[in-house]
Amino acid sequence: MSRDKSKLLYAETHEWVDVSDEGGQKIATIGISDFAIEQLNDLVYMDLPEVGKTFDSGEEFGEVESVKAVSPLYCPVAGEIVEVHADLPDNLDGLNDDPYDFGWVIKIKVSDDSGLASLMDYPTYQKQCAESA
Amino acid sequence: MSQAEASSLAHTPLDRWHRDAGAKMVPFAGYEMPIEYGSIVDEHQACRTKAALFDVSHMGRLRFDGDGAAELLDRLLTRRVIDLPVGGVRYAMVCNQDGGILDDVLVSHLKTPSDQYYYLLVVNASNRQKIVEWIKQQLDDFPTVTFTDRTELTAMIAVQGPLAMETCRKLFSFDPARLKYYQATITDQFSKPAIVSRTGYTGEDGFELVVRAEEANRIWENIMLAGRDAGFAPAGLGARDTLRMEAAMPLYGHELNESTDPISAGLSFACNLNDRDFLGRDAIAKIKTAGPKRRRVGLLPEGRRPAREGCDVIGADGKVVGTITSGGPSPTLGKPIAMAMVDVEVADQTEFEIDIRGKRSAAVATKLPFYRRAKTDS
Repeated sequence: MSRDKSKLLYAETHEWVDVSDEGGQKIATIGISDFAIEQLNDLVYMDLPEVGKTFDSGEEFGEVESVKAVSPLYCPVAGEIVEVHADLPDNLDGLNDDPYDFGWVIKIKVSDDSGLASLMDYPTYQKQCAESA
Repeated sequence: MSQAEASSLAHTPLDRWHRDAGAKMVPFAGYEMPIEYGSIVDEHQACRTKAALFDVSHMGRLRFDGDGAAELLDRLLTRRVIDLPVGGVRYAMVCNQDGGILDDVLVSHLKTPSDQYYYLLVVNASNRQKIVEWIKQQLDDFPTVTFTDRTELTAMIAVQGPLAMETCRKLFSFDPARLKYYQATITDQFSKPAIVSRTGYTGEDGFELVVRAEEANRIWENIMLAGRDAGFAPAGLGARDTLRMEAAMPLYGHELNESTDPISAGLSFACNLNDRDFLGRDAIAKIKTAGPKRRRVGLLPEGRRPAREGCDVIGADGKVVGTITSGGPSPTLGKPIAMAMVDVEVADQTEFEIDIRGKRSAAVATKLPFYRRAKTDS
């Protein structure tokens, strides 16, 4: 599997979203963009939720910490967590090196896909990053 | 940050160099300063194993000339200055009448090549204006003292790490090894006068240089070039913070502030209460006699989750007994470290909990500092 970052959707808060259809059910795989990881630098800790928890879109679902600061992770779409990348907190170098494949963070069964409409496509997200850099 | 805020920020003479080197610049104490050039951890390790170069030009540099300068400083500082020999550097605090810490400072007694004697006070960037005002309030009683704020005319560079001495020996026209820890001299070795002191804020051996603003880039580049093969790296405020935390050096605005006194902060060594009167002396003496209400302690949070400033420290009975003042991952130890101010009744306990944004983590008390370099020479 190799995700093409130019085909993903992005939240203003730098999470990426890859939506797939699994038997009529939308599953969103969520991660952190390479831009955000580059900005965070020197990752040291990650706090992730449990499978089965539900989140609204925009709600905080976890934290990632760098040497300098704590950054909340926000859920870009509403739904229930169906899978958590449990190895990730012990492999933050892997997240750093490969944020789009190895570095996926959670998978969510989308309960309300209205949140998807407010996400950005890659060119729009790139523009946001260029403005904030 | 608005454009108005951005444009009101000051820039050090090395600003262009930092930007060209790819530094991430952040607002800090009225200046735009480099926080990192790529990786805080790499910069931290360079300082611990080789050497790192820091632009600390944002620190305030205040000069006192003339008769009575020592007497003025004796009134301002928690340690006596009048017996400070030429070439001596002393760590002290400036306190208000209640014993609250207005700033922690370094005072140096210097002699110029033309035999002028003066004192230099290095103050925290965030406190510079406050301290300047505080000094001005005292000046009327010392009409022969000339007080000048030299901050903007000069730059300050710190070179810190086990290889700092070796490299500076090649660069300087005098042997810097003749300076002992906490000694300073004025040298003309960069063809212009520069103050070199064997001081620092990282727990490593090294030097701090005060140079003319227009010489800053040349001197910075000379040291970078001389140390290039040895692995010298420029380091930003991020690494400076992790380094000083490991060395358990207090930072103003974190361990120290106006509602903390030097005794509670664990800095009674930097207060001489019995040799003269000074601003805040009586209040500090009372606290010393009665015993402080809080004490600074070192904590090792279990696991990998760092406890940050502001987290509550919980005692054995489940009650809040203190606050984390500085905390984060220690690159040298490979685990989180934290300093906290806790109620004196529990300050000798060994086990605590820390409330890290709603989740409890266990932590054990540890002796400070977290890191101490292996001593090689004086």
